[in-house]
Amino acid sequence: MDWRTVVTRLFGACHAIAADGEFLGGMAVFEGTALAVVGTTNHAAVGVDLALRQARAVLATIAEHPGRPLLLLVDTQGQALRRRDELLGIHRAMAHLGCCLDLARRRGHPVVGLVYDQALSGGFITSGLMADVCHALPEAEIRVMRVPARVTKLPEDLLESLSRTNPVFAPGVANYVAMGGVRSLWGDDLAAGLRAALADRDTADRRAEEGARRGGRRAAADVIRRVLEA
Amino acid sequence: MHSFAEMSARERLAALVDAGSFHEWLPPSERVTSPHLAQLGVPAAFDDGVAIGRATLAGRAVFVAAQEGGFMGGGVGEVHGAKLVGLLRRALRDRPDAVLVLAESGGVRLHEANAGLIAVSEVMRALLDVRAAGIATVMLIGGANGCFGGMGIVARCADTVVMSDIARHAMSGPEVIESAHGAGEFDSRDRALVWRTTGGKHRWLCGDCDVLVDDDAAAFRDAAIAALDAQRPLTLEALQQESALLQARADLDDDNADAFVLWSRLGVPDARAVPDLDADALRPLRPAAVAALARGGA
Repeated sequence: MDWRTVVTRLFGACHAIAADGEFLGGMAVFEGTALAVVGTTNHAAVGVDLALRQARAVLATIAEHPGRPLLLLVDTQGQALRRRDELLGIHRAMAHLGCCLDLARRRGHPVVGLVYDQALSGGFITSGLMADVCHALPEAEIRVMRVPARVTKLPEDLLESLSRTNPVFAPGVANYVAMGGVRSLWGDDLAAGLRAALADRDTADRRAEEGARRGGRRAAADVIRRVLEA
Repeated sequence: MHSFAEMSARERLAALVDAGSFHEWLPPSERVTSPHLAQLGVPAAFDDGVAIGRATLAGRAVFVAAQEGGFMGGGVGEVHGAKLVGLLRRALRDRPDAVLVLAESGGVRLHEANAGLIAVSEVMRALLDVRAAGIATVMLIGGANGCFGGMGIVARCADTVVMSDIARHAMSGPEVIESAHGAGEFDSRDRALVWRTTGGKHRWLCGDCDVLVDDDAAAFRDAAIAALDAQRPLTLEALQQESALLQARADLDDDNADAFVLWSRLGVPDARAVPDLDADALRPLRPAAVAALARGGA
């Protein structure tokens, strides 16, 4: 879904969200509450500059509007695959963005993630997956970046067939719900989804237990428990 | 000198902590293996490629993890990631003086792609919980496979990153970048180019690694001991400063410059000589402009 459609359906005219290149940012008013919106669009490849741009928006929200909820709008093809980004420490810029979102949570900002189009790999780890809870639209695509076979050394046809049967291998938002990585899919009433997300003030990371409960990721929660009891 | 890069994960662990002090949780005898690899016809490992447990370091209580690059490149699968999360949550409960991770990983294990991606994210949040609790978090990067992908991000979320001069810390591997945009973008066979773009010397000069050591087990141990009391709280002020410094550094390269050019612009004297210098000779050359990005440099 186009980001303009998403924000119009959530906020009507009550927003000042704008795209600057692939960066999305601005504020909105949702049922009387001011929100900060930070995200990316156009299947952004997230490099150093775009990660830092998002981080600045998060830090400005913490500094200027203590406690204001953050809505992360996610549309990314993953990390930028460029030599310059590696040279400039893209891993650090992305870690910095993740740390800024983590700080927002610790200082009492509700942080809600919404995958409205596409979410892959590094671009997702430091955005929607760093929210208190991440949600998605049903038509969103979530997966890991494809890597050439000469790197993985896995036969493509085997992966293709496993993709049809096992949520761990298959792209698709429903599998991320089953594995606990995405809490819910928002239906036609997007406002209802956001209202419920903002009302949930539990900030503990419950993805492993959700994955076990939903049956898509059965081992993780058990292994974590065993380490705690060992 | 005992080359850290040439050791297995368990050998590195044994050399790092006090002799005989490592007590492992979910050891290989318990056979906690990946539930996904058999379907791919890939052999499992009885520790899923990571050893975790408690130990002492210079007599102090620490929790430790070591990723084995020889098993699936140290890739984080569902069980591997859950062992790290369990270790970190246990640290939050039991409060050791530090959590040390011998990081050697290609990132998300692509054989368990979706579960691995979520697992890396869980590790990241759990690590930041431990760091926020004031327990020192230390990443030691010295394996031959480097530290990449999601683990590259996770590693930079720690208080301290220790690297050897021959280690690599980055996001995407050079083969992946070359596949996406061609050898003209990043020639993965040009080893000198790869190391000056992602290696320990470069990360030191840019302020992205906090401690640069030789490829030597004793040097890593000394660095780990020094890091036990080196917490760096993530405050708004600290992150605002980091944000400004990272942007200023990125702005120095608006023309796709080579590492040599970036080092010169940062103020490194005789940048062309850097690849031939050892860690001792290189350490004093880190420019003031980026020193505040690293621990002890502010």
